[in-house]
Amino acid sequence: MSFLNYLINGVSLGSVYAIIALGYTMVYGIAKMLNFAHGDVIMVGGFVVFTLSTRMGVSPVVAVLISIVVCTCLGMTIERIAYKPLRSATSLAVLITAIGVSYFLQNLALILFGSDIKLFTSVVKVKPLVIADGQITITGETIVTIIACMIIMIVLTTFIKKTKAGQAMLAVSEDKGAAELMGVNVNATISLTFAIGSGLAAIAGVLLCSAYPSLNPYTGSMPGIKAFVAAVFGGIGSIPGALIGGILLGVIESLSKSYISSQMADAIVFSVLIIVLLVKPTGLLGKKISEKV
Amino acid sequence: MKKITSMLLAVVLGATLLCGCGGAATETTGTDTATENTSADAGSAATGATFKIGGIGPITGGAAVYGNAVKNGAQIAIDEINAAGGINGAQIEYKFEDDEHDAEKAVNAYNTLKDWNMQLLMGTVTSAPCVAVSEKTKEDNIFQLTPSGTSVPCTQYENAFRVCFSDPQQGTASAQYIGQNNLSSKLAVIYDSSDVYSSGIYEKFAAEAANQPFEIVAAEAFTADNKTDFTTQLQKAKDAGADLIFLPIYYQEATLILSQADTMGYEPTFFGCDGLDGILGVENFDNKLAEGVMLLTPFAADAKDDATVNFVSQYNTKYGETPNQFAADAYDAIYIMKAAMEKAGCTPDMSASDICNAVKGAMLEISVDGLTGAGMSWTADGEVNKAPKAVVIKDGVYVAMD
Repeated sequence: MSFLNYLINGVSLGSVYAIIALGYTMVYGIAKMLNFAHGDVIMVGGFVVFTLSTRMGVSPVVAVLISIVVCTCLGMTIERIAYKPLRSATSLAVLITAIGVSYFLQNLALILFGSDIKLFTSVVKVKPLVIADGQITITGETIVTIIACMIIMIVLTTFIKKTKAGQAMLAVSEDKGAAELMGVNVNATISLTFAIGSGLAAIAGVLLCSAYPSLNPYTGSMPGIKAFVAAVFGGIGSIPGALIGGILLGVIESLSKSYISSQMADAIVFSVLIIVLLVKPTGLLGKKISEKV
Repeated sequence: MKKITSMLLAVVLGATLLCGCGGAATETTGTDTATENTSADAGSAATGATFKIGGIGPITGGAAVYGNAVKNGAQIAIDEINAAGGINGAQIEYKFEDDEHDAEKAVNAYNTLKDWNMQLLMGTVTSAPCVAVSEKTKEDNIFQLTPSGTSVPCTQYENAFRVCFSDPQQGTASAQYIGQNNLSSKLAVIYDSSDVYSSGIYEKFAAEAANQPFEIVAAEAFTADNKTDFTTQLQKAKDAGADLIFLPIYYQEATLILSQADTMGYEPTFFGCDGLDGILGVENFDNKLAEGVMLLTPFAADAKDDATVNFVSQYNTKYGETPNQFAADAYDAIYIMKAAMEKAGCTPDMSASDICNAVKGAMLEISVDGLTGAGMSWTADGEVNKAPKAVVIKDGVYVAMD
């Protein structure tokens, strides 16, 4: 019975990683850049909801919607100011800029909100699922997070496959130059990718803070890194891969905490990543890209 | 155009260099405009007839609750002493610098205070910065008294003393307290293995537990990078049948542990050390969750003795809140300094180094009755001798246990 409990803890943790990883993998898959500021956009999403719903008493649904809008605008602004001028620069320059943006957001939040921890009131009102006479509890947050993950995954996949904008994204991801020649507006497409990715970050932020209700300017950074690991684990660029990678990562973390050592959990998680990358460098569901000669 | 810009830049650069030197020189005259915390009148500062006591602690950031309490608690003691005629007839000047609970910033704060000609240091408030600053005070031979730096190396040099218990003392005292009061037979510990404060308490607690009538059925760790999800640790404690969880950690993580235990429907007794102090001040935290939480702490604001009642009412009037133990530690720290300086016969014209040499000897001879303990005395390794006390949270306030 306790094994089941640990497993469920792992799935709840993993579902949060998965929803963050979706945004990571989406941006990477299309813009081919690691947006390390993703975790911090999540934190901004959390703070927007916290300010609106806890401090100003706006209803949670409205607060979440506003937060999505704010994060979407933020994502597009970051892309416009920090990443667009570097479109033709080396990927290392873009990566370092992303880290810079990440620190910028953290410090901005530090100035605006201070680093005191704030307790986030969960916006999820779903009742926990209690099975086996109360021995196993699945929290409402977990249920909502998993359902949200599924919906987002399906919507994203359909969007990319069925719509014109989605097709443009695919084209950009395969070859920017060729896509431009075919009449795809590359800048607009990448901007749209960031808009969607950051909107997802707002949702992830709300669910992260609902499940683990502490909020400070660094809230997004560690989950962000773990989600990045999850995205690589599942095959970066692959949307179903992010979901599977996230949940597996959460389960591995929880089980190693419970059966091996609670303080070695992170070391074990990262070792698993190294092993996966050694055996299958593209991740679990990653596509093999053959270099054209 | 470019040339003009670079010339301008060069001029600005040169100017800042000059300003830097000038700044240091004017600082030494004691006219500190930057500070927000001076209490003594600036007039006597110029004559040099004041003692300059510096303070360092986090007044912004995650540990701000502690730093502000210390800053305010010490302020009350200094105002009282100044009103009553000062130390050996000299008024005290007090300046408090922020370190944001960061070792590097604490050293910067220390340097700022040194430029201000600080003679004694009351601080720092938290352990890691305190250890860093103790290296500096040792180097400069400045007397250091930390109100609340609990880790052992805070007082590793002979010029440093503390008002509170050290980590090992807290761990040992907690184990004894739990054992003597039969609070539990099977208990679990959740601690931060990446933090010297938390793991320091845990080690001594575990060592002392062998002599006590309870058993540690689960000892679970977490690290600074993995401190949002405690469900697994709690589940293990629950499965092991623990009826008490010892939390030698800070209140930030404790709030999460309390709410996650509540979600799981697990209701053990929680017992913590001074790091839990501040849990009732977290924004949006449901204080009902902290009901019944016990803390090993030297100070209970509801105690009925005259000194506590007087301190609490002054603090309340001045700062609009009930003081915690950090405020009391700082209040005591200033009176301890006063006792030691009077014993050693210090005068304001003595250098910081001379004061340090005189006061560190006097510390071993004095006995001080303070808010945090009666008849406190000190050993040469900087540790205090006093009896452990605990409080329990009832209806959202600390209530003294027995």
